[in-house]
Amino acid sequence: MQTTNMISVKESSLEKIEYQNLPGDFALWIFIFAEMLVFGVLFIAYAFSRAQNVALFNDSQLTLNRGFGAINTVILITSSYFVVRGVAAIKKDLTHQCAYWLSGALVLGSVFVGIKMVEFYEKFNAGISMSTNNFYMFYLSLTFFHLMHVLMGMVILATIIARTRRGAYSAKQHTGVETGASFWHMVDFLWIILFPLVYVIR
Amino acid sequence: MKYKSQAVAKLYFIAAIALFLGQIIFGLIMGLQYVVGDFLFPAIPFNVARMVHTNLLIVWLLFGFMGASYYLIPEETETELFSPKLAIITFWVFLAAGVLTILGYLLVPYAALAKMTGNDLLNTMGREFLEQPLPTKVGIVLVALSWLFNITMTMLKGRKTAISLVLTLGMLGLAVFFLFSFYDPVNLVKDKFYWWWVVHLWVEGVWELILGAMLAFVLIKVTGVDREVVEKWLYVIITMTLVTGIIGTGHHYYWIGAPAYWQWWGSIFSALEPIPFFMMTVFAFNMVNKRRREHPNKAATLWALGTSVMAFLGAGLWGFLHTLAPINYYAHGTQLTAAHGHLAFYGAYALVVLTMISYAMPILRGRAANPERAQIMEMWAFWLMTVSMFFITLFLTGAGIVQIWLQRLSSTPMSFMAVQDQISIFYWAREGAGIVFLIGLTLYIRSFFVKGESKAFE
Repeated sequence: MQTTNMISVKESSLEKIEYQNLPGDFALWIFIFAEMLVFGVLFIAYAFSRAQNVALFNDSQLTLNRGFGAINTVILITSSYFVVRGVAAIKKDLTHQCAYWLSGALVLGSVFVGIKMVEFYEKFNAGISMSTNNFYMFYLSLTFFHLMHVLMGMVILATIIARTRRGAYSAKQHTGVETGASFWHMVDFLWIILFPLVYVIR
Repeated sequence: MKYKSQAVAKLYFIAAIALFLGQIIFGLIMGLQYVVGDFLFPAIPFNVARMVHTNLLIVWLLFGFMGASYYLIPEETETELFSPKLAIITFWVFLAAGVLTILGYLLVPYAALAKMTGNDLLNTMGREFLEQPLPTKVGIVLVALSWLFNITMTMLKGRKTAISLVLTLGMLGLAVFFLFSFYDPVNLVKDKFYWWWVVHLWVEGVWELILGAMLAFVLIKVTGVDREVVEKWLYVIITMTLVTGIIGTGHHYYWIGAPAYWQWWGSIFSALEPIPFFMMTVFAFNMVNKRRREHPNKAATLWALGTSVMAFLGAGLWGFLHTLAPINYYAHGTQLTAAHGHLAFYGAYALVVLTMISYAMPILRGRAANPERAQIMEMWAFWLMTVSMFFITLFLTGAGIVQIWLQRLSSTPMSFMAVQDQISIFYWAREGAGIVFLIGLTLYIRSFFVKGESKAFE
């Protein structure tokens, strides 16, 4: 058996990279890459399906509420900015400010969820479901799957806010804040691709 | 062993290996029936042999999971098992129920068995893998609850670790999803829809949590790598498992009458199911490379690495082969599925149980590791079983591809039985590989009886 006979037990180079370049916990980055892969495949599937029936996709796309989508884009980008300020604050040991900024992001997150709910409500009232056509199937799947990530991001933010208030983080030790921030930025980033792709690009 | 109550695991492991042997014998019988149709007819018809083969698999794996958790949980929680007595009672109840059920399959015509066991009270029988009579199904629920209760109570009074938490979560899922085996609607679409909630959500969902926890436990033990590192990997792996595996159920919904969007959902999410398995391979090799100690039980390390590789190949790669809806349109229900089923069950679940047995059994018998000679024999058994299972998979894959071609793709498609005649060469080859597997298993069992100077604890 070769594996156990290996001679040297050396430090993996992976370990060194993790703390030099990536903010937050390395394990989360593996998770982020995997998540982006999931969304990437979904986006490609959308493009592939659209190419087969451009007219249907264009027609159905017109029924979406772009106003809601645009507002939500601004909301998420702003919330990401708040998170950036939160991380900057904890790096200066400003615990209270950090908690305030993150709470701001959390509030914006819930506004996003609220708007999304109104949007879904409109669509369901119009009798649209996943079985209506391929465009709506993708629209509902992608936005719903993204919404789940927003909710998960909010749970993470809420946990970090609570821990910040308890003084769990400091200028020296704030990996947790960076980890949560990284996840939130991913949620924002995915929306920045999702919104134009599904709502706007024709 | 550190805790006296861990000893109950031994019973479970012995039963698991005995039933494993039974499973393989019935596998060989039905493998031969593929080419010699009336072999052992009418004593053991094909449908009965198949039922015994698959049911024994599930039962011995469950014995393995239970034994493994009774061994693992006291060590993880650093406290004795809540009730070793309950664990022993549960063992005998489960063994009796299992043996009686198998005897029922073999000795009574299935329809008569259904009548005898009150299937008209609550119709649950007659479905693939869920053939068990009603009393057995109730028994499985009781056994699972007793297991869950015992483990949870132990955990509550002891140290809480990620490994024990993930394991318990997996067991809870196992118990909950089995409840869907009691739901058998008349509507065939609904029947199949929820049938997968047991079958798929077990093997591509909650069982993977049990697998991950067991593998992580053994890796901590044999490599001495920091628990923190192992636990982080475990969390990432199980999160990906659940993200891809749950919606991945959709890859069974393509052609059964479920809404069409499942073709997209199922294809996309299940195509990503190999990712957590790949992570598991990277994880296992990484841990072994970074090991901080040379554990005398070399065989256990081999089983653990083998699990991570074969699970990726069998569950990940062979699953991916036919998971995309446009491909599955031609491939569903062919020998390709059988190929995937064999390597996935062997690679992921049979191997992880054997990993756990390989690590724990010497300790349960009062030594850190088995004598050198026994370990060498055990490793031979590993290679014989693993390589022959890989060949079984290759032959079935060949059979599947030819079957798809002749039966579904060609311009002059042939009937099912005519195609079966055409691919008999693959079945003969598979039977040959199966015999090598049995030799490997025999060697494995013999390795427990090899005497010699055993390795003491450090």
